[in-house]
Amino acid sequence: MNIFDILGPVMVGPSSSHTAGAVKIGLVARELLKDTPIDATIFLHGSFALTGSGHGTDRAIIAGLLGLQPDDIRIPQSFELAGKQDLSFRFENKNLKDAHPNTALLVLKGKNGREIEVQASSIGGGRIMIHKLDGIDVNFTSEKPTLIVHNQDQPGHVAEVTSMLSHKSVNIATMQLYRDKRGGYAVMVIETDQSIPMEAIHWLERLEGIIKVTYINTEEKK
Amino acid sequence: MAFESLQEIVTICEKEHKSFYEIILESDCDERKVTKEDSLKQMENTWDAILLAASTYEKNLVSASGLVGKDGYKMELFADKENTKSLCGSYMNQVMTYALQMGESNACMKRIVAAPTAGSCGVLPAVLVPYFIEKKADTPKIIEAMYVSAGIGQIIATRASISGAEGGCQAEIGSASAMAAGALVYLQGGDSEQIIHAAAISLKSLLGLVCDPVAGLVEVPCVKRNVIGAVNAMSSCDMAMAGIISRIPPDQVIDAMKEVGDKMDVSLRETGKGGLAATNEAQRITEAISHSQMDLSLK
Repeated sequence: MNIFDILGPVMVGPSSSHTAGAVKIGLVARELLKDTPIDATIFLHGSFALTGSGHGTDRAIIAGLLGLQPDDIRIPQSFELAGKQDLSFRFENKNLKDAHPNTALLVLKGKNGREIEVQASSIGGGRIMIHKLDGIDVNFTSEKPTLIVHNQDQPGHVAEVTSMLSHKSVNIATMQLYRDKRGGYAVMVIETDQSIPMEAIHWLERLEGIIKVTYINTEEKK
Repeated sequence: MAFESLQEIVTICEKEHKSFYEIILESDCDERKVTKEDSLKQMENTWDAILLAASTYEKNLVSASGLVGKDGYKMELFADKENTKSLCGSYMNQVMTYALQMGESNACMKRIVAAPTAGSCGVLPAVLVPYFIEKKADTPKIIEAMYVSAGIGQIIATRASISGAEGGCQAEIGSASAMAAGALVYLQGGDSEQIIHAAAISLKSLLGLVCDPVAGLVEVPCVKRNVIGAVNAMSSCDMAMAGIISRIPPDQVIDAMKEVGDKMDVSLRETGKGGLAATNEAQRITEAISHSQMDLSLK
């Protein structure tokens, strides 16, 4: 946690975890969807479910889905804003197994037909952690540029990705590998110190055995 | 994470003959790969945001639930230097005023600076703003003190938690109070050892404080707890400046806070189910709010 996570963020109240963190969850989910959200079903777990409406958690998540930042003074009016921007949404309480107390599961559909399921939690002081994408464990904070590669579990894909990053002088901060079964569906999550050039992302997308590539860099968005 | 203990920071201060704030500034530059100028600029912006939030308090504003608001203005009137009814005196009354006002602004969904959280956003401004206004320090000195408080907060976040849902109110108001105490010792000319002992005295005095918000809102008792966080920081600062130390080493106090937080029942960790939130009056308020179909958007 850097010192401006401690003295900060500058945000609209009343809760860093339940309001500002919730806006960020919406923002990152929108980013991961790579589309303009038109439909959202949001499941709230734990403290989010119990005290969410009093903290404006519901309004905050919708504000994030609409692309508002945590210090945007329009957050309290996000439901009305969603109506104007053709985003329909609903909230439900749900007990998610082994989840952090402040967790939301967002099921999103975009204007161009893209769909995604994002499970994320607000871990205090406005910081968040993305735990699952489409049901697969990922665990990243979105504070650094993050590359998520879905590929077939076969030799060589990790080497392809890491040599591409090395070629572009991008340093890897953290790297995680997940798969459903041997030879099945695999996901790598790589956080980097530098941003990754878009042409390198597109090059990756065209490789055989690579199913899907998602790249997010929230710093560039600001 | 650059440092894992407060003691480590003190040891480096002594070895390199540098002040607490310089060590934190350098560590920030190293961690985020920014220049000192960039880091200082960002801290100035944070201070400006605090001053703006402090100066835009609305004395008639009430939260959507109607539970909090206007008390900051009552305290402001009471803080008058000529007021003979005040026991704490004008200066401490000002500190209390800023703590209440910032807490109320937050509850009313206004823009604030989380320090370290929104629920505890009044503590640090409450000790720094009056210090600045009474011209006991100029802007650069205040900025330096903010590095000291951020450094303390970083260690607490690393070793324990700054989230009420994880560690209870001790992790929010307790952490904010420790951060404010350290900042005050720095401003009062104390050394790095005194800084961490003030933080420790402050934190251990609030150890065990539960997060029991009425109706789950960051209003009751959160707003007033910002006052105890700020006042506790002042008394802890004075104790440390008098040469009093925490008998339990500061890092062990932080570890104890984590242990207490881990053992705390979930009903006392921001779920709005235990403590004050479970009282008859709180239950009555909770029901009244749900019946009135409170609409935050109209506020």
